[in-house]
Amino acid sequence: MKPFTVHRGRVAPLDRVNVDTDQIIPKQFLKRIERTGFGQFVFYDWRFGADGKKNPDFVLHEPRYQGASILVAGKNFGCGSSREHAVWALADFGFRAVISSSFADIFANNSTKNGFLAVRLHEGEVAQLMRRAQESDDYRLTIDLEQCEVRDEQGFRAKFSVDEFIRHCLLNGLDDIGLTLQHEAEIAAYETLHPAPATLKAS
Amino acid sequence: MSQKKTLFEKIWKNHLVAQPAGRSPILYIDLHLVHEVTSPQAFDGLRDAGRKVRQPARTVATVDHNIPTEPRGTPITDLIAAKQIAALQSNCKEFGIRLFDMDSPDQGIVHVIGPELGLTQPGMTIVCGDSHTSTHGAFGALAFGIGTSEVEHVLATQCLAQQTPKTMKIDVRGRLADGVTAKDLALGIIGQIGTDGATGHVIEYAGPAVRALSMEGRMTLCNMSIEAGARAGMVAPDETTIAYVKGKRFAPKDLEWDKAVANWRSLPSDDGATFDKVVEIDGAQLCPFVTWGTNPGMVAPVTGRVPEVKGLQEGDRRATELALQYMGLEPGKKIEDIGIDRVFIGSCTNSRIEDLRAAARVAKGHHVSSKVRAMVVPGSQTVKRAAEQEGLHRIFQDAGFEWRESGCSMCLGMNPDILQPGERCASTSNRNFEGRQGRGGRTHLVSPMMAAAAAIAGHFTDIRNWKFQ
Repeated sequence: MKPFTVHRGRVAPLDRVNVDTDQIIPKQFLKRIERTGFGQFVFYDWRFGADGKKNPDFVLHEPRYQGASILVAGKNFGCGSSREHAVWALADFGFRAVISSSFADIFANNSTKNGFLAVRLHEGEVAQLMRRAQESDDYRLTIDLEQCEVRDEQGFRAKFSVDEFIRHCLLNGLDDIGLTLQHEAEIAAYETLHPAPATLKAS
Repeated sequence: MSQKKTLFEKIWKNHLVAQPAGRSPILYIDLHLVHEVTSPQAFDGLRDAGRKVRQPARTVATVDHNIPTEPRGTPITDLIAAKQIAALQSNCKEFGIRLFDMDSPDQGIVHVIGPELGLTQPGMTIVCGDSHTSTHGAFGALAFGIGTSEVEHVLATQCLAQQTPKTMKIDVRGRLADGVTAKDLALGIIGQIGTDGATGHVIEYAGPAVRALSMEGRMTLCNMSIEAGARAGMVAPDETTIAYVKGKRFAPKDLEWDKAVANWRSLPSDDGATFDKVVEIDGAQLCPFVTWGTNPGMVAPVTGRVPEVKGLQEGDRRATELALQYMGLEPGKKIEDIGIDRVFIGSCTNSRIEDLRAAARVAKGHHVSSKVRAMVVPGSQTVKRAAEQEGLHRIFQDAGFEWRESGCSMCLGMNPDILQPGERCASTSNRNFEGRQGRGGRTHLVSPMMAAAAAIAGHFTDIRNWKFQ
């Protein structure tokens, strides 16, 4: 996994609440068996018309948000389906982080497995960042996972919290399967006490 | 003195493999359900790392999400879908996993076949790369959806590192009136607490109205937990649960059965156990619900109206305006005046035999409106056979409903069953998100009875006034 330490980048505002994973990556793109190449489909139904033409009014198509790597969005971001394709699509499109006042659990979990940061700030702070991104050209933020802090150059500064273990994995880009397998002896001991049921073994 | 524990806490504790300092606890997973859409990248990950599936016996796969519901044997014309199905077939073969394939008499939606085969049992930890895994909590299991990275993690280790969730009790007093179903209870709860009302929590549904539900009803209720943002939903096992599991193919047998039942009886939350949050609902006050917006919390009684926008606070107002614009609805419109084009009866929420019986009872002796195309998609081949034995398919077909093969179908429209832009659908599924059932499609979530009645009337109608024939 790609480590996340400190990232500075352009901010795009997505001023909607309850952005579900069906919007982030519509179902017709989930049939691919690869893990890559989903970026072209991110927010597909919002970015493109039914005729496949670019929707110039969608915020990510505004020239000033080109190359944005940080998305600011309304509360309950990533709700709905468990599809990790949502995180893959955002990351493949070029985002490294989303800032919101709340995230759906599975989306937040999936983010941590992909070196992608779901940063939770207070509602007022998110509103402030949203406004700054909407009102200025080339608005940039720094997300500092070492200090657990989001800041800009006009004096905005906000702390966020992350589970300590998850932070450790993100900072170091650790594969958590390997970490779990460090507990092989405990897993084996558990399995000795709790073998797979006989009904499941017989085919 | 022993500490009083909730159902969730007991299951959690029983499955702790390790609690490394400074890390998330490592939890053992009893049953891992796998389907074609969220697994191919996980199997690739295993291959890349040279890993095996640790417990093939505890891993069970089926195809459900993108298969057509045309008669089996019809070639799959969507080549990308066909490739994904083929990938699951070859992965299951390579890693020694039991697969209920397209042609299996046990194929079906993963959350329908788990319970009906007796794979789902009280006290288990169950995961699947699908958010509606919460369904299995109906049995008093801890069941939750995971992403593909975690699918790979479970395949490789049979464990998951998980942060401990909070607990929430939803206590449903009274009893549901006739015509008010588990689906209406679920919609009523989400309407009250919101689509993020249970984020970070595992819900335990309790109270007399929940106790009175059949297993099918409990599955519907737990299924929708994720729509309130919950990590999982559960109902404590009781005699209803035990009677349902008994004799199922993968249920414990003989002496093992007795041991299992004794264990299951010890699982319900202790009297006086505490929850992080408690919500009380008066079940007797609930009515049939219809969603009007683009998330499951945007819900109104069938006798109600689409909400007015004026008077709402800025944030809510914008969300409501966007939803009404997408849905093509005017504020203040009576729900019963909303006409529909399509009806979908199916999905992991409402495609079980009891759901089909309820819908058939409404359809019997009536005919689908000439303006409406209606389809019934049984949750599994087993449900389909049972329904056909009871003659339900004849009732549906005589009434003008299409009777199709099992799968997820138009719940998410990954297969050819989709809405056309602008089409309005009464659906027994779980999500009314923009484009969920097809780009530009407008979804209203309802119970199976309400869906059947809407198909016949051509618009939403209060099932409590229905003329059953």
